[in-house]
Amino acid sequence: MSDELSIVGQSLVKPDAMGKVSGQTKFADDLMLPRMLFGRLLRSPYPHARIRRIDTSKATAIPGVLAVLTGEDLPVKFGILPVSQDEEALAREKVRYVGDPVAAVAATDEWIADEAIDRIEVEFEELPRYMSLEEALADGGGEPIHGRTNVHKAVALEFGDTEEAISGAAHQREDIVFFEGNTHLPMEQHAAVAQYGQDGRLTLWSSTQTPHYVHRALGKVLEMPMSRIRVIATPNGGGFGGKSDIFAHELVAAKLALVTGRPVKITLTREEVFYAHRGRHPVLMKVRTGFTKEGVITGMQFQSFLDGGGYGSYGVASTYYTGALQTTTYAIPRYRFEGARLFTNKPPCGPKRGHGTPQPRFALEVHLDKVAEELGIDPVNLRLRNLPEPDSRTVNWLRITSCGLRACIEKVAAESRFLEQRRAMPAGRGLGFAVSSYLSGAGTAIYWNEMPHSEVQLKVDRGGGVALLCGAIDIGQGSDHILAAIAAEVLGVSLDDIQLTTADTDLTPIDLGSYSSRVTFMAGNAARAAAEKVRAILFEAAAEALQCDPDDLQARDRRVFRRARPEDGMTFAQAVVAAEAKRGVVAASGSYTPPRIAGPYKGSGVGPSPAYSYSAAVVEVDCDARTGEVRVPQVWIAHDIGRAINPMLVVGQVEGSVYMALGEALMEEQTFRLGLHKFPSMLEYKSPTALEAPVIHTYLVETIDPEGPFGAKEAGQGPLLPVIPAVANAVYNAIGVRIDEIPITPDRVLKALAEKAKGRLPRVGPRRVPAFAFPALIQVERPPEWTQS
Amino acid sequence: MDPILVLRLPRLRYVQARTVEEAAAIVGSDGGRAMLIAGGTDLLPNLKRRQFDVATLVSLRGIPGWDAITGDPQAGMSLSAGATLDQVARHPAVLSGYRALAQAAGLVSTPQIRYMGTLGGNLMVDPRCNYYNQTFAWRKAVGFCLKKDGDICLVARSSPRCWAVSSSDTAPVAVAFAASVVLQGMAGTRRVRAAELYRDDGIDYTTRKRDEVITSVEFPAARTTTSAYWKLRRRGSFDFPIVGAAVVIWWEDGVVRDARGALSAVGSHPVDISSYLSSLRGVHPDERLIAELAAAADKPARPLDNTDLSHYWRKRMTRVFIERALRDAAGLDPQAGLLTAQLKS
Ligand SMILES: Cc1cc2nc3c(=O)[nH]c(=O)nc-3n(C[C@H](O)[C@H](O)[C@H](O)COP(=O)(O)OP(=O)(O)OC[C@H]3O[C@@H](n4cnc5c(N)ncnc54)[C@H](O)[C@@H]3O)c2cc1C
Ligand code: SF4
Repeated sequence: MSDELSIVGQSLVKPDAMGKVSGQTKFADDLMLPRMLFGRLLRSPYPHARIRRIDTSKATAIPGVLAVLTGEDLPVKFGILPVSQDEEALAREKVRYVGDPVAAVAATDEWIADEAIDRIEVEFEELPRYMSLEEALADGGGEPIHGRTNVHKAVALEFGDTEEAISGAAHQREDIVFFEGNTHLPMEQHAAVAQYGQDGRLTLWSSTQTPHYVHRALGKVLEMPMSRIRVIATPNGGGFGGKSDIFAHELVAAKLALVTGRPVKITLTREEVFYAHRGRHPVLMKVRTGFTKEGVITGMQFQSFLDGGGYGSYGVASTYYTGALQTTTYAIPRYRFEGARLFTNKPPCGPKRGHGTPQPRFALEVHLDKVAEELGIDPVNLRLRNLPEPDSRTVNWLRITSCGLRACIEKVAAESRFLEQRRAMPAGRGLGFAVSSYLSGAGTAIYWNEMPHSEVQLKVDRGGGVALLCGAIDIGQGSDHILAAIAAEVLGVSLDDIQLTTADTDLTPIDLGSYSSRVTFMAGNAARAAAEKVRAILFEAAAEALQCDPDDLQARDRRVFRRARPEDGMTFAQAVVAAEAKRGVVAASGSYTPPRIAGPYKGSGVGPSPAYSYSAAVVEVDCDARTGEVRVPQVWIAHDIGRAINPMLVVGQVEGSVYMALGEALMEEQTFRLGLHKFPSMLEYKSPTALEAPVIHTYLVETIDPEGPFGAKEAGQGPLLPVIPAVANAVYNAIGVRIDEIPITPDRVLKALAEKAKGRLPRVGPRRVPAFAFPALIQVERPPEWTQS
Repeated sequence: MDPILVLRLPRLRYVQARTVEEAAAIVGSDGGRAMLIAGGTDLLPNLKRRQFDVATLVSLRGIPGWDAITGDPQAGMSLSAGATLDQVARHPAVLSGYRALAQAAGLVSTPQIRYMGTLGGNLMVDPRCNYYNQTFAWRKAVGFCLKKDGDICLVARSSPRCWAVSSSDTAPVAVAFAASVVLQGMAGTRRVRAAELYRDDGIDYTTRKRDEVITSVEFPAARTTTSAYWKLRRRGSFDFPIVGAAVVIWWEDGVVRDARGALSAVGSHPVDISSYLSSLRGVHPDERLIAELAAAADKPARPLDNTDLSHYWRKRMTRVFIERALRDAAGLDPQAGLLTAQLKS
């Protein structure tokens, strides 16, 4: 029998699938506890206002209302990043966007809770509002949203003299583009249930991607020891980054449970989910690049202005992310990044699939497409001339291990016949091309510590069952399957033998959460480490019984046997019995800590990852020049996954990314009017349905990353990135207009066509960036391999 | 208690009427606080947003024969108000003689809504506006508007009237076919031409009296008729029209005897454009004539900034969609028209 993998690499049905399709899965809102109360939040009707007075007496007087809370009941500030502790569960002095929570009630049913919310009287004093980047930056606008300025974060880094590299280059180009904000739109609304027991312990069930961070925040805000708090992440009905923050309703449900002694549930309405947001930042960008006449990049300057909304959230990280991954996609010898995030009176922005990188990806890929045309080099070739090398370090000190970008590019270009077809299709149709890279997990934790990022405990029982405990939460991406598949592969058992317990802070060791595409890589490595330790214990006992060397043993098909003589062996359960007889409980733990590879500069913590995934896409568009409507019939996408632990799940992630990207490219936008979200509903916030989904040709490229579990990298976010600019480039190839603004709506397309008809520049998009004084550039020494260029 | 239904209906009395008379009597006598409910697909979401103050819902679904469809294109057809949109969209006689009606019904939203939603309810869809189809809390934050709880129009601030958008897909088809709507109230039964069912006002949008139940819609004989409905919306399912163009052509000896048309979603009522089509009479239209007429027939369309996408684009799209509907009804490739929506840049 061979050493071939038996489970890893197979398209097997994931363990939670049957529960989902049969309706058995219990989401947070499905939980019903005896004597449970219903909580509701009163939210600000003003984008920016001071709270003068709150009178809750009329609400408290309603029979059936058991508690009413205001900001004074939860005075401790919090925030997901240690540097941005600027949120309150219920606003105390000021509200900063329409939807900012101000008060809360718990009542015996939802009608009473609604009525109580209506009876709370709040006296506001309206303040001048800031609804755009320009307004946030305007002088004399009155009281800033936080502190003394609306500038939340401004950064400026330079790696090598970019001015010299660009102005001395044979060819240079500058582009200014805008990417409108949009939101995650998970099917499941956020929900949380809290219970405070007679034993003085608090339990919170929540639809969250980050139970560990919620655990920490509860301890801080409730001023309770974390040891008395238990957070259980319920199966997520979609997250996409929208459930990876600490939310007011979680803290409030917990506090209401403490105050009333009864379980409390808060489920957000769809409208409230739009207010909870933490979605894609609107970003205005300027990119300037120098090229040799052969199309090789000599240097790049990149500026981004992020419209952050009312609070910090992940914003400091988002800001750095708009500058971090330019260099992992292309070999850029000198690089300058300036970024600024501004507070505005809108729901706070944060991480959405691709966190901070789809916007610059759009800027860069459209920019390169234009440069390719100017240089007379085809867009595929231009990319191939600037590829990063495997096993290299970027100019901003990011370590690249495996890199399958070339293979991805060649695959989609060939399959779609891009070069032959891009401008040779019937009228209105064309192909566009773009590429990208993404992290397989952030190399640093959200709060500074030296502990592992992911931990797994494994215990085997006499019947041959394997219990696997891990803090990771499956948000639909399939992390449960990955954990089970890796453990089953190493131990040679079947997927059904693995009993998973996940995302329960009482029971499971830490996993930092389902964000930054980190779970397969990090929890997968932890699972592998734990399983290998258990296997070693079993082999030791089995070797004694079989009178052979443990190294000669193999585990497969629920057996432990001699590699050379497979009939010479025992069942997996017999091996467990032998080991347990010898040494008691057969258990082990494994953990994963990413390598410390951040560069020697401030801000270097955002961008490093133990490995990067790569993608390339070709998108076909069908534009109706009479109406400006753009449809996408077909997408070809290749993704460097390292190794597909379950190809079906990877393809699912790729297809989901394509679909989400098309929504962002063509219709989704979080826009505001009179200070309010224009359409906080699933009907009017336009997101594509299954009918708009194109035919998607997915190709997986395997590069077997040296550090990934079985060589695996990420799939959840990267494949979204190239699709958006590929749409824009396809529109150009189809009808000759440049829409340098996302989303590409029909009225914008028509406007550009009208410009074209008049012989003017056939373009719609921003023309300038605001005058803004970035901080002095921090000049960072480049890694040695770059200092010659 | 059902999970996820966090946006609650108000507490209501629900009455299942056994006859039309009984339904009319309840809505006619409840001091204006009772409403008819058919499929509920328009009404219930609106009630969750507190767009009406209602104490009683009177359901029509239990009335015997409520979903009947009778007749044929030779003699004319009668469709009960309770016929579901799905029934209408698939009915062979409707498909053959009144294609635009089948198209319009089939283009309403999603399969689920077409299984529940009825023709009568579709004719009576509450005019829509994205300052109005919002939750109570949202409307309160924006300061309410004329249509409910407020005193100004937020779209046209100096306007004394409401410009909410007539958003029914079948209403313009009924108008274009010159169908009759049969209404039964406490005082008896009357029939009106479909166009007369509506008023050009976003609030007071119908001439139907409080106690009247629409019992059926009668489509005249359609022996030599072709018709088409073209609907503009962002997504191919789910979305209300942002422009709808219905066109009916009556042919005689290879030339047009008469042509009528009406638009959805460009005003507070279905906008009749038949007068713009009169020069089709007596000719077999070619694509130039169609383009000319369509370019002029968008005149009465007045989209405002209160539904999806920009109103100037919707205005420009109107003629493209009239052209498509006309070409379709005249047997030309609908999408190969001569007009573009061309925006001034
Ligand atoms: C997501 C969504 C998308 C939609 N998209 C579209 C769309 O694209 N196009 C479209 O046209 N509609 C659309 N609708 C609206 C609605 O679903 C349909 O118009 C449907 O046909 C309404 O019929 P109903 O039987 O459900 O009406 P109900 O909701 O039961 O009633 C609607 C109104 O008509 C009145 N009414 C009902 N029956 C009668 C009667 N017999 N006599 C007198 N008054 C009556 C009711 O009192 C109420 O005022 C959509 C709805 C939703 C929720
Ligand atoms: S058109 Fe004006 S009055 Fe009518 S619903 Fe809209 S905002 Fe209100």
